Amino acid sequence: MARRFLILVPYLWLLALFLVPFLIVLKISLSDPEISIPPYTPTLDWREGWAGFTDFLSQLDFENFIFLTEDDLYWKAYLSSLQIAGISTVLTLLVGFPIAYGMARAAPDWRPTLLMLVILPFWTSFLIRVYSWIGILANEGYLNQFLLGIGVISDPLTILNTQTAVYIGIVYTYLPFMVLPIYSALEKMDDSLLEAGEDLGCSRLSAFWLITVPLSKAGIIAGCFLVFIPTLGEFVIPSLLGGSETLMIGKVLWEEFFNNRDWPVASAVAVILLLILIIPIILFQRNEQKQREAEGQ
Amino acid sequence: MADAARGKPMPHQGIFEPWTDPVAKPLIQFQNVTKRFGDFTAIDDLSIDIFEKEFFALLGPSGCGKTTLMRMLAGFEAPTTGTILLAGDDISPIPPNKRAVNMMFQSYALFPHLSVYDNIAFGLKREGMPKLDIHARVEEMLRLTRLERFARRKPHQISGGQRQRVALARSLAKAPKLLLLDEPLGALDKKLRQDTQFELMDIQEKTGTTFVIVTHDQEEAMTVASRVAVMDEGKLIQVSTPDVLYEDPRSVYVADFIGDVNLIEGKAKPSGDGIDLHWAEGQPVLHCKTAKPFGEGQTCHLAIRPEKIAIHSQEPEARNKLCGKILDIAYLGNISTYHVELPSGHVIKAQSANTRRIARRTFTWDDTVWLSWTDTAGVALER
Ligand SMILES: Nc1ncnc2c1ncn2[C@@H]1O[C@H](COP(=O)(O)OP(=O)(O)OP(=O)(O)O)[C@@H](O)[C@H]1O
Ligand SMILES: [Mg+2]
Repeated sequence: MARRFLILVPYLWLLALFLVPFLIVLKISLSDPEISIPPYTPTLDWREGWAGFTDFLSQLDFENFIFLTEDDLYWKAYLSSLQIAGISTVLTLLVGFPIAYGMARAAPDWRPTLLMLVILPFWTSFLIRVYSWIGILANEGYLNQFLLGIGVISDPLTILNTQTAVYIGIVYTYLPFMVLPIYSALEKMDDSLLEAGEDLGCSRLSAFWLITVPLSKAGIIAGCFLVFIPTLGEFVIPSLLGGSETLMIGKVLWEEFFNNRDWPVASAVAVILLLILIIPIILFQRNEQKQREAEGQ
Repeated sequence: MADAARGKPMPHQGIFEPWTDPVAKPLIQFQNVTKRFGDFTAIDDLSIDIFEKEFFALLGPSGCGKTTLMRMLAGFEAPTTGTILLAGDDISPIPPNKRAVNMMFQSYALFPHLSVYDNIAFGLKREGMPKLDIHARVEEMLRLTRLERFARRKPHQISGGQRQRVALARSLAKAPKLLLLDEPLGALDKKLRQDTQFELMDIQEKTGTTFVIVTHDQEEAMTVASRVAVMDEGKLIQVSTPDVLYEDPRSVYVADFIGDVNLIEGKAKPSGDGIDLHWAEGQPVLHCKTAKPFGEGQTCHLAIRPEKIAIHSQEPEARNKLCGKILDIAYLGNISTYHVELPSGHVIKAQSANTRRIARRTFTWDDTVWLSWTDTAGVALER
């Protein structure tokens, strides 16, 4: 009995915190907007019993989803988000892998310290950290002041409110999610494997490609998903650092909700986003599962 | 193949003794090599010559520097001082991937992401060997190590002994000039180990590869090696052919390390063609032939192998004889070892072949027996 209850707990948790909210959002996405509180119709009235319920169901429709296909803003925003998330993931990998590699190669005494340094930014608010990038990247920000000071440039660079600033922000924010899984894969690797590779005729570089990279593959994949999935729906970074040309679905969602107060369309946008995300999430889970099996030996 | 190898004379039984030939050029030369890790000296001013086509065994207690020696040959460690020559050239500037040396790692170091087949093929692919040749070579190695059925498995899906065989197959695949095997057969059962030993000797004869092999199993060293080096604390204690090492150890350490031995300590007194050993109150003086000069009263250790001591129920006619009581009998199947306690408290081990069934054994516990040996059976050692 007690055991059943224990198993039940996570399911109840999922039900309450994921499934129920999702159903609510789904329901709103099938409703029509209205100027009222809440700003959509129909709402379910339990007092009218069964007739009220069927009446309620009959008023739900897919209008909002059809609307999303009609206005090209939406699919462009989805595509652009996918593109930004994809490029950011690659950039984060390019920055994160060398960091993880360096950490794994560092003397064992130093590794906990380095690990701390990677995790350290999590201890300040995410919002504050993104805001501080405004201070760095602005026209009269620290970066431009520094570059002007040492005479590399004569006019300040425009970085803030461009796509570049968005990439900088995303890479910075999600770097630990990339570094940690790769580091944990690399750290487990036995150095004698590289020696064996060299002994069998590999150069240092080919040993890296043939041994280090395949052995950290699971970590690389995990890191990429951990960056890609949240980036796809990212809202704060593009709105604070990006300009008008940065089109991301998270930003569109926000505008629908808070500027247009069109909850049903916003919900429809969110439901589609979730559907898009399900594919990488499932792939991520399978990667984790495979890795666990490989380690289970 | 194994049976064929067994019938053949081993190379060192014939004329293969390049180390006695003053003009022979060694393949490997260690010249006063010292290796330190921090302030710990792992290899201490070691010099050694290893010749082409040798099967050179390193024997020694754990931590004496065997793996370190191999890693220097393979190129993973550089000597702190001294030089290593391969075919007359200093190898220190040559990186591991350019050395015609392959090493089988003590930890196997199999690539976990590759199948058994791909592990073995790894080195061949790096050479740029044609695909068909690689396939043929890998198949041959799989057959040799009896791993055909496991070719598609990953290293974590096979047993410890099978992994060891994959590591062996992988290092053999490239047929290098010099092969370093760090405890290649430790995880195999006795039968498979013996078969593999003969396979190795066979490969060695066919390809002329020089082998340096580390082993903890002195019987293995004796079986396969042309010469055996006994090491201790980073130093070579003795380098000899297996029979010399066994019959004529140069020190108590070697005598004790190789095989079973009785060590009797006493004071030497030169007498005739050898020495008399005064070793215990009330016990007869023992005589041992030796060419080594011992001073009067010098400490001397008489090392004598149990199988060279005969055991009798009556007092025999012999130069050296001792009387005692059987304390213990270790039955080993083909032979038995008798532990005989002398009135002085010393225990001497004697071995005899079990030519009769156990029920009809001549001696039993607490019997009073006589032990005897000739004056050439033992070796007199200074230390
Ligand atoms: N990288 C290293 N750093 C510090 N000490 C080391 C290092 N490698 C080996 N040693 C030390 O050098 C000594 C010799 O090591 P080595 O591995 O050569 O021993 P071994 O003879 O192969 O022992 P075993 O039979 O147990 O394998 C050991 O005391 C070991 O602790
Ligand atoms: Mg070792």
